[in-house]
Amino acid sequence: MLKLSEINSHYGKAHILNNLSFCVGPGEVVSLLGRNGAGKTTTVKSIMQLVRPSSGDVDFEGQSLVRSAPHQVAKLGIGYVPEERRIFTDLTILENLEVGKQPARKGIAPWNQQRLFDIFPNLSERRNNRGKALSGGEQQMLSIARTLMGNPRLLLLDEPSEGIAPVIVEQMVTTILKLKEEGLSVLLSEQNLHFARLVADRAVIIESGEKKFDGTFDELEANTEIRDAYLSV
Amino acid sequence: MGLFIAQLLTGLANAAALFLVASGLSLIFGVTRIVNFAHGSFYMLGAFIGYSLMQVLPGAVGFWSSILLAGLAVGFIGVIVELLVLRPVYKAPELFQLVATFGVILVIQDLALMIWGAEDVLGPRAPGLKGVIRIMDEPVPKFDLALIAITPFVLFALWYLISKTRVGVLVRAATQDREMVGALGVNQSWLFTGVFFLGAALAGLGGAIQLPKGGADLLMDFNILASIFVVVVIGGMGSLPGAYIAAVLISVLNVFGVAYIPQSTLVLMFVVMAVVLTVRPYGLLGREEVAGEHGQVGEPEQPIKPAGRSARILVLVFLIALACLPFVAEPFFTILATDVIVFCLFAASLHFILGLGGLVSFGHAAYFGGGAYVAALLVNYADAPMELAFLMAPIGAGLLAAIIGWLCLRLSGVYFAMLTLALAQLVWSLVFQWDEFTGGDDGLVDIWPPDYLSDTTVYFYFTMVVGIGGIILLRHMAHTPFGYALRASRDSVRQAEATGIHTKRIQWLAFSVAGALAGLAGALFVFSKGSVFPVELEIAKSFDGLIVVFLGGVKTLSGGVVGAAALTLVQDYITRFEYWRLALGLLIIVVVIIAPKGIVGSFRALFENRLGSAGDKPTGGTQ
Repeated sequence: MLKLSEINSHYGKAHILNNLSFCVGPGEVVSLLGRNGAGKTTTVKSIMQLVRPSSGDVDFEGQSLVRSAPHQVAKLGIGYVPEERRIFTDLTILENLEVGKQPARKGIAPWNQQRLFDIFPNLSERRNNRGKALSGGEQQMLSIARTLMGNPRLLLLDEPSEGIAPVIVEQMVTTILKLKEEGLSVLLSEQNLHFARLVADRAVIIESGEKKFDGTFDELEANTEIRDAYLSV
Repeated sequence: MGLFIAQLLTGLANAAALFLVASGLSLIFGVTRIVNFAHGSFYMLGAFIGYSLMQVLPGAVGFWSSILLAGLAVGFIGVIVELLVLRPVYKAPELFQLVATFGVILVIQDLALMIWGAEDVLGPRAPGLKGVIRIMDEPVPKFDLALIAITPFVLFALWYLISKTRVGVLVRAATQDREMVGALGVNQSWLFTGVFFLGAALAGLGGAIQLPKGGADLLMDFNILASIFVVVVIGGMGSLPGAYIAAVLISVLNVFGVAYIPQSTLVLMFVVMAVVLTVRPYGLLGREEVAGEHGQVGEPEQPIKPAGRSARILVLVFLIALACLPFVAEPFFTILATDVIVFCLFAASLHFILGLGGLVSFGHAAYFGGGAYVAALLVNYADAPMELAFLMAPIGAGLLAAIIGWLCLRLSGVYFAMLTLALAQLVWSLVFQWDEFTGGDDGLVDIWPPDYLSDTTVYFYFTMVVGIGGIILLRHMAHTPFGYALRASRDSVRQAEATGIHTKRIQWLAFSVAGALAGLAGALFVFSKGSVFPVELEIAKSFDGLIVVFLGGVKTLSGGVVGAAALTLVQDYITRFEYWRLALGLLIIVVVIIAPKGIVGSFRALFENRLGSAGDKPTGGTQ
């Protein structure tokens, strides 16, 4: 479904991603793990083309994303939930959802406000509140809901558990599993191994923009060397 | 009482055009973050196009459809400008685009001159609304009443569009975080184009609708610019109801001003603004601008380095060559070189606060002209010797900058810029209207240096020493702890404060220093020309400064100086032609598009690319 081949990305003169390759299969939840500064966010942004890889290819369902504009990437069916959430604080919840709205996509039950409010009941109660009145957890929910309004096939979640209360993180686990049931593929960038293990099928570990591990969580469990070296557990 | 009401109504009617134009400016800025200097030009085009249409289309229907068609036409002109001029430079450093819009002003000025000629055009009166209605015995034009009635509907329609429709939601979202809107699948380019269309169309409508009251002329573009900036700032950036209230406030006060204190008309508007902003720094209905809210635009700042050995030698060789100029060239070139150095010092002082301080001043001419006037006034009234005048000019200009800076630095970003512009206009209007003291439009003449400097060659050397000395001083300051603190305050206020830098104080000091050196340039100017006129304080002069700093390269130390030299030389050559504005405007636009980092920045990038590709090759190559 999504395939990164030998991606190199720079930020200014700093070389962030180094020949990074991995893939996400249809319906699969893959967790991109690594420490702070390992290049997780840059990877996600390089898929979205918010950061332009200097070389390598990103392929989504047979189409190369490199050289596309971010809005074209989104239109192809990739939903992006940024690390900082970036909800529109001056807009109400309903208006935030409106911004994310895109036409229905074949093979996906189209998302609408009602279906999203079923999953995120907190948002329903506050639908006419402005974004700035929401708590961090609610903002995270809104950010995910807003992206779902675009009916994506693949969801890029950048550190969704960061700075969020444990209760909300639990709620997020349920949500992601529910989305997986719907057939959505997910790339989950995370530092929190416990959270990742609860939702993801497979783990990709990066450090300094290089891939260090790609396999199941059982394999990762067995490989303490990798775990100790690249994850702060 | 009757007169009072009649004047109130006139003010309300005048507010119609002002509101339309200002709301367009506010919309465009909100979404694209472009300060559209060409907005006054759209207004002027609306007036001229409306006038031409009214010649062809008869009757009341023709009149009103001419106004609508003029709005549409200007909207499409706005789209052309957006597609051809602005779209290629959205990624350039913030505010760089305003240089492009300045090029557009020049182009439109000459095109309007070609099409409609230099004569002022008297607007036709509205068919069916020609007479007056007597309200409490005072005549009130029917057309005024029509304008008063129409404006709230326009306000409501705009408000509905922005608050209740999907387009409006997208526009508001883009105002806050346009990259995120793009990442959610919205093609921002078309959103930008659409907003540009709407904004330009509103300006065109404003121009056409005021025809029966004001007509059309070639000075309309600059004349309305300061007013609409003031309206937008008083109302609060991005607030349509705020723009309406501010437009009414300004227009009504203006009518009363003309009636009761005619000598204050130009000043009044800026006094109102200063009062409003003192009480409400973000305008009547505006909200606080949160720093960094709009995401990083353009590339991160590159640290600047002191000049290397070879660069120093190069500059030295150049200076020696410059010093030889009077021996090898005609006197004309010596005078030209004097002008160039004066302008370079002015530009360098602006660059100091703009490039290093990140403080975009739209009113830097106030200090240049201020210095020139301080010197001229001292000579004129106190018969002061030139040496004293030269000492007082930078001090006076520095004090002026300190006062204005103190008022403006409470704001940031575009509010700061607009306030500097408005206060500079305040200075200009004071000088312009205070005939008895400043000579008003006739300026101050006969300000010459003493005999030992009166020769053009000698004065050229004097200018070289003082002017280039000033430039080197500014450059030196960039590499002192003061310069570091200034750059730190630009890059991150929070981190700078956390390391113990009093950012506001540093910026205030820098603003004053820049003002003082601009004043020094002003003093050099006044003694080289022997006279000074209010034009040296005008918006156009401030814009000239901005243009050269951006064209030269904001992010490079020598940008301002190189830009100033290049523009003065080009201008000297190009103004010999009839339609030089057109040529210069196009040239500016072309430079903006092919060299978005400015002249120095782009040359450097080219140079570094060559070096880079010769050395380690970047991996792969999808580009």
